[in-house]
Amino acid sequence: MTRKNILILILVLALFATSLWVLLPLESERFGREGIRLGLDLKGGIHMVYEADLSSIEPGKEAEAIDSAIAIIKKRVDILGVTEPVIQKQGENRILVELPGVSEAEKAKNLIGETALLEFRERIINEDGEEEWIPTTATIDGEEKVLNSSYFRENTRVGHDPYAGIVLFFEWNEEGSKLSEEITRRLLHKPLGIFLSGEHLLGADGQPIAPIVEAVITTSGIITGLTESEAIELSKLLNAGIIPIPLNPIYEQTISPILGANFIDLSARAGVIGIILVMLFMIIYYRLPGLLASLALIFYGCLVLALFKLIPVTLTLAGLGGFILSVGLAVDANVLIFERMKEEFRTGRTLGAAVEAGFERAWTAIRDSNITTFIACIILYWLGSAIVQSAPVTSFAATLFIGVAVSMFTAIVVTRTFLRLFVGTPLAPKISLFSIYSGRK
Amino acid sequence: MFDIVGKRFRFFLISGAVILISIISLLSFGLKMGIEFSSGSMITLRFEQEVEQADLKQELASLGYGNVIIQRTGEGNYIIRTERLTSEDRLKLEAALEAKFGKLTEAEFYSVSPMIAEETTRNAGIAVLAAAIGILFYVTWAFHRMPKPFHYGTCAIIALIHDVLVAVGVFSIISAILNWEVNLMFITGTLAVIGYSVNNTVVVFDRIRENLTLNVSTDFEIVVNNSLVETLGRSINTSLTTLFVVLALLLFVGVTIQNFAIVLIIGIIAGTFSSLFIAPTLLVVWERGEWGRFIGRRPLPEAKGE
Repeated sequence: MTRKNILILILVLALFATSLWVLLPLESERFGREGIRLGLDLKGGIHMVYEADLSSIEPGKEAEAIDSAIAIIKKRVDILGVTEPVIQKQGENRILVELPGVSEAEKAKNLIGETALLEFRERIINEDGEEEWIPTTATIDGEEKVLNSSYFRENTRVGHDPYAGIVLFFEWNEEGSKLSEEITRRLLHKPLGIFLSGEHLLGADGQPIAPIVEAVITTSGIITGLTESEAIELSKLLNAGIIPIPLNPIYEQTISPILGANFIDLSARAGVIGIILVMLFMIIYYRLPGLLASLALIFYGCLVLALFKLIPVTLTLAGLGGFILSVGLAVDANVLIFERMKEEFRTGRTLGAAVEAGFERAWTAIRDSNITTFIACIILYWLGSAIVQSAPVTSFAATLFIGVAVSMFTAIVVTRTFLRLFVGTPLAPKISLFSIYSGRK
Repeated sequence: MFDIVGKRFRFFLISGAVILISIISLLSFGLKMGIEFSSGSMITLRFEQEVEQADLKQELASLGYGNVIIQRTGEGNYIIRTERLTSEDRLKLEAALEAKFGKLTEAEFYSVSPMIAEETTRNAGIAVLAAAIGILFYVTWAFHRMPKPFHYGTCAIIALIHDVLVAVGVFSIISAILNWEVNLMFITGTLAVIGYSVNNTVVVFDRIRENLTLNVSTDFEIVVNNSLVETLGRSINTSLTTLFVVLALLLFVGVTIQNFAIVLIIGIIAGTFSSLFIAPTLLVVWERGEWGRFIGRRPLPEAKGE
């Protein structure tokens, strides 16, 4: 009996040590998991859902258009250098984009949503006598076509030119060459305005870029006047391609990393204070068993957090709430057992027998009552995965589920082992330590 | 020994009154739907200089945002809830506020379209229903060896509806006074209340189950009353430890989690009450066929005695 208990104690302590090792330091890599995975609300970042407007796409080719849009968004996100981005198709016509840790939200959103079409425009005098830039066109094979970057080969690059400084090289494809030849011949010695997604492209000097056409351009050309970083970004954007369909944001959430860090701080404080209050209550009310339950609670916290890291569970603010709530519930199993123990002791059993009977008899209540929490968690998780704002709901469900499951283990195995070991010590006869008033009833 | 079951109609009266108030509040104040359910935008702004809420409200009104809800967070940030903003509108609004109040940073921006809001509302409704049905089945199953398992399941569900009604109803009073909106945290909290409510009820029922098989007494009323008194300590202690941690959450994390915490606090109190004074006493009422006494005040029929 005692030997078996000591064996279990050793196993429990080994498990405790393992979970501490897994957990600490928090950002360490263990079993291929780097740190605890944090949701966007704690880490900061962008969560967007776009709805693709497929009205211009031929029936039957919708999926293809969405896939190509996703491929292009992936390339563009690479420009931002985000770690672990998520870009996924959702349902028929939605695209989910999650960029954790992005601080320049505005820039990132522009980069994703932009059609990234570079247009060439010519200057005309309109009916009101004002200057106006209109898309420049030429007629190829009897069809009027606009000159833009959709005719670029996806191999633009940036270089230094001894005379012009930073230059962006581009090559026309076959059709583009014909168009360009027609247009530059017509606009020779006239300015050609360059527009990006409808806005006049500005140079390093802040002036709109509108070079004078010096020669007929057929196969390739250069754009000058940009700063180096702008030119590199533009080049990557052009090489990523043009998103074939308009994308409308239907859901967006951007959170600054500072706000998230603050929430981690606050919930850590709430967690620590909550645990201390629970421990104090348990020790004052149940004395020695309460103290043992408090030790088991510390073990519980480490084991649960270690599991969060290993599984991994994405922690959001709601998830932290679920974890903290589970601390309150975790002692429930202990409370059930201790109350039971007291009763058994009052009916005349020895302390050892009361401990055993307490665990034995409380088990069905612990099992049946926790199953209802599991059902609620499973349904919450299912709700979470069915909605766009899934992260907080699924995270709460997962943390509460794991928390309650582990709490059954710590109460049944850990607290029981502690108590059994104590029953054999000289402390055991001091009934006052167990806060049982044996005279009652 | 306390006689709880004997005072059952007093407890029904208390619960009835609270539920009545809850329903009246829900019907008259209702619940204001947050952007997750009704679409719209929310911006959290952090000002470098101290900004008074009244000044901010006035400036927003002069910019044409008279209908917005402004909330100040614990750290002195402001959460502004508006109609759905386009990207340009938002940048314009922030620029205007920056011109008036000095440098600011956008800590959070959140925008939901009507389509998404509708989906979320529908799914949340389905989830709450599914949870209730799943739990009814579970409780019925858990007590399937008892005579009349359906009684236990139904009484657990009545207690559950009681708890959810009270939690949501009292929340509606608080939110009407403080101008809060209902968000996903509220739904999460409500589902947690559902789990918690039945959890408590099952512990009491489990004891009734055990005492019935032990044949402590032939009188069902006495068995139920004993079981209640025996589980009283556990129910109160577990509720206290859970309340401690939820209060800590409410006090430290604040605005972002307040919906969740408040619903849960009310739910825990209601759940403890109903698991002790409503669910088991209803079992007795059912067993003794006293339903008629609720309304008609029929003379008490003879106790059946198994």
